[in-house]
Amino acid sequence: MVEHYLSLFTKAVFVENMALAFFLGMCSFMACSKKVDAAFGLGIAVTFVQLVTVPVNQIVYSKLLAPGALAWLHPSFKEVNLDFLYFLSAIGVIAAIVQIVEMTLDKYVPWLYASLGIFLPLIAVNCAILGASLFLVERSYTFGESVVFGLGTGVGWMLAIVALAAIRQKMRYSNVPPALRGLGITFLLTGLMAIGFMAFSGIQL
Amino acid sequence: MAILGKVEREVLLDPLFNNNPIALQILGICSALAVTTKMSTAIVMSLGVTAVTAGSSFAISLIRNNIPPSIRIIVQLSIIASLVILVDQILKAYLFDISKQLSVFVGLIITNCMVMRRAEAYAMQNGPVLSFLDRVGNGLGYSLVLMLTAFIRELFGSGSLFGFVILKSVNDGGWYVPNGLMLLSPGAFFLIGTFIWILRTWKPTQMESE
Repeated sequence: MVEHYLSLFTKAVFVENMALAFFLGMCSFMACSKKVDAAFGLGIAVTFVQLVTVPVNQIVYSKLLAPGALAWLHPSFKEVNLDFLYFLSAIGVIAAIVQIVEMTLDKYVPWLYASLGIFLPLIAVNCAILGASLFLVERSYTFGESVVFGLGTGVGWMLAIVALAAIRQKMRYSNVPPALRGLGITFLLTGLMAIGFMAFSGIQL
Repeated sequence: MAILGKVEREVLLDPLFNNNPIALQILGICSALAVTTKMSTAIVMSLGVTAVTAGSSFAISLIRNNIPPSIRIIVQLSIIASLVILVDQILKAYLFDISKQLSVFVGLIITNCMVMRRAEAYAMQNGPVLSFLDRVGNGLGYSLVLMLTAFIRELFGSGSLFGFVILKSVNDGGWYVPNGLMLLSPGAFFLIGTFIWILRTWKPTQMESE
């Protein structure tokens, strides 16, 4: 059992890295990777939100929306299939949780809020978050798997953005062709990083 | 074009090269990279994004004066999400194969930052017709980059276009050795990076000073 979860975690962090293999969360990945501190803060915030939203969405889907999921309410609801509502419910859950996390941090952990606060609103529209919640349905993960998967995707995304930010900080000393400066070179760098991460493919624990 | 005034024309055509959503505004990159291994998926995706983005901007702009500022994000998201559900159901009904290949990326149109950012930045301030044109223009600019990327990736990665063989590959007894890198994720990053390079060499005002 533990092995299965460990394998899922490794897969989510390295082999199927959200940013480098599925291109998710690219907009903030490109825009917020100029400094390591900021990248790290955003990475932590994403991991945290991911860890909460993916399991919650798993419960919402399996208990309310999946075909036949409402049978626990009344046997006659066995035929009801609400899975077309999943997009709406998933984005609603994410937006609500981001808001709750923001308010909780503000009240109880002010120092963490001070460093993460500016990133939290950005996260509601980060495709990596919604992406993980959608993959969860497509691959029909159980609740336990969804917790591991949420954590893994968050950590993997953080790893990628911190690494990219570190490289970009060093890049300031390089003489990049003017037309390639900024966005262009970042794309090429990410491409090279993606090649590096491809070395992990096929790893099974 | 004669029916459109100067402002409308500018709003519609500017995003193609001068203010391209992907190359300059860094918006909507996720899906641009992920669905471009084939022309057919890229076209369906472009149409989907353009439809959602134009429809949502139009709707948001219509009710823009009645949305309380504190809950505007969630209002915008639910309008966008409803349109995406519509697109997803249509795709599932009529283009099931392509819908399977696009998998989660149809759903991800909701968080396509292009849709969201323009709803926030443009539709909240401007009237429905201008917002609609602005979105169609941005959708076209987005589609342009998607088409180009998909064209190169499919042609050199699998030697075909829309699934028809153009360059006969070695495996089928032809001469062309497919470039596998094009079909993998790094190939997409390199291609978009090169596009941005070419576009900014052509239009130097878009260069970033770092």
